[in-house]
Amino acid sequence: MMTPQTLVRARNLNVKFVSRDATVHAVNGVDFDLAEREVLCILGESGSGKSVTLRAIMGLNPRAKTVMSGELKLCGEDVIAASEARMSALRGRQASMIFQEPMTALDPVFTIGRQIAETIVRHEGVSYKAAMARALELLELVQIPSAKRRLEAYPHELSGGLRQRAMIAIALSCRPKLLLADEPTTALDATVQIQILLLLRRLQQELGMGVIFVTHDLGVAGEIADRIAVMYAGRFVEEGPVRDVMRAPLHPYAQGLLGATVHAGLRGKRLTTIPGAPPDLRDLPTRCAFAPRCPMVENACRSAVPELRGPEPGRAARCIHVAQAAQAA
Amino acid sequence: MLKYILRRIAYAIPIALSVSVVCFMLVHIAPGDPIDAIVPPDTPKDVVEQVRKDYGLDKPLPIQYAVWLGHVLQGDLGRSIATRRPVAGDLILAARKTFVLALTAAMFGFAIGIFLGSLAAFFKGTWIDRLAVSFAVGGVSVPHYWLGMVMVIFFSVLMNVFPAMGAGPGDWQWDWQHIQYLILPALTLSCTPIGLLTRTVRGIVSEILNQDFVTTLRGKGLRNRTMMLHVVKNAAPTILAVMGLQLGYLMGGSILVETIFSWPGTGSMLNAAIFRRDIPVIQGATLVLAMFFVMLNLIVDIMQTMIDPRIVRK
Repeated sequence: MMTPQTLVRARNLNVKFVSRDATVHAVNGVDFDLAEREVLCILGESGSGKSVTLRAIMGLNPRAKTVMSGELKLCGEDVIAASEARMSALRGRQASMIFQEPMTALDPVFTIGRQIAETIVRHEGVSYKAAMARALELLELVQIPSAKRRLEAYPHELSGGLRQRAMIAIALSCRPKLLLADEPTTALDATVQIQILLLLRRLQQELGMGVIFVTHDLGVAGEIADRIAVMYAGRFVEEGPVRDVMRAPLHPYAQGLLGATVHAGLRGKRLTTIPGAPPDLRDLPTRCAFAPRCPMVENACRSAVPELRGPEPGRAARCIHVAQAAQAA
Repeated sequence: MLKYILRRIAYAIPIALSVSVVCFMLVHIAPGDPIDAIVPPDTPKDVVEQVRKDYGLDKPLPIQYAVWLGHVLQGDLGRSIATRRPVAGDLILAARKTFVLALTAAMFGFAIGIFLGSLAAFFKGTWIDRLAVSFAVGGVSVPHYWLGMVMVIFFSVLMNVFPAMGAGPGDWQWDWQHIQYLILPALTLSCTPIGLLTRTVRGIVSEILNQDFVTTLRGKGLRNRTMMLHVVKNAAPTILAVMGLQLGYLMGGSILVETIFSWPGTGSMLNAAIFRRDIPVIQGATLVLAMFFVMLNLIVDIMQTMIDPRIVRK
């Protein structure tokens, strides 16, 4: 049984997109739990399945094409079995989502205030007027200057940073327990990125939310996460507390990512790159998906998908060299 | 907003003037001497010149235009050469009938088109979608005059349920006695708007459904009917533009259908006038229809601005 504190529980979660031409294996056996107030960062490059995982939790992948299997629970509700009506009652209420591009994620022909208020009206059944009053408080909560005027503004009248703040205000409008953030800072200027990150961090602490934060930016992950999961070809290849993973990654892919990023530990060294490209998810290999790009590859890597191995409590990686890596660190 | 509307109306004036020039010139650009339509072929030359003078056709074109425009602005479109009656009075009666027909066809066509288009968009890729699209392609492809005749043969001649021609006795009224005359021509005319609207609505709605903000709306847990409101408001400007143009075409483009059903509207009037080279009627009818088009565009423009806050036309 799941404990009441567990917001999300995934066991052997698989998500496939089936069309007439091909079946795309986007998520291939992901296990994780998210406790209340915990911040998990899913790190990975484009197409690694991180956004799909996030959308799966909300049941937001296109229903007609998506096949999910395994176990996935959101606040105790079985997401895979739940009807659209059940899910829509949870969305925006228990769990909310913010997106990468606030320009396209907001409806261009409705005012910001309206877009916040309609969520409150939907889930709390209050009057539109009361909802608008709440919307004003929310805009103040996310530190939008002259909030009153901005209620009547349309998305195109706001800057990128303000739009993302408005997006966050919408997501927080019903005080959800879980916030899912899909690369919320990627489309923003560097200075605005930091502001939004700090805001999210503060709101997470003040409101006591659990957060799953998807990004391909290691710096962002280090700034906000408690735990990090590195995703590759639809699997978690490494998982652990943020400090451990950043300091001594176990999986060669995580090591490669870290080596390719500018950070203090690399001062005076050359940045490395990971050769090759991620595998085609239409035709998933039955070996370690990273093997063709891995500097430490050996024959055993090509025989089967490596299990998650944990050299120490709270950490795990899908690599047969985990023990050596842990020792080296 | 009021300022924008006034400015937009001001912009419409030069457009209307250019249209009037084209209308006026149409007759003079066409080959042949317009005087030939007025007098029999074997009229003596001096009589022809006298008639030319009476109609003002001897003056230079700009002066003819100025005189014509002056009269038009006072509501005087001249007298028909064939019937000797004032064009304006006949035109108003005919325009009213055309308006009834065009508006009915448009309302029916828009309703069915929007319904089919939304259905196709929501069930994109299924048999519902394919059926709606085939229907739409059929609607825009089938020739009006052919469909009109088939309608007459089927519903009037074989089944004898609707009258084949005319618009009922006397003035137009919204009672069954008159409406039964309206059904066949309106159905025939509504084919094109059904097809076009289905395709436009399908295109724009499926495009909107694929946009990120719809995922946000779903992510907020909104009910389907609230989501519909968002889709409608986003789709409205595009659909309005198509509807405005279509209504304009229906007003002006029903010549064939009106002729087939002997519907006494501007189309029939124009058709008859063309064959008789009845210049004042051609000019008047063309002008009125063109003005209607200009006006519709103006209305659509203003409505779009009211719906979509991103359109700021300064």
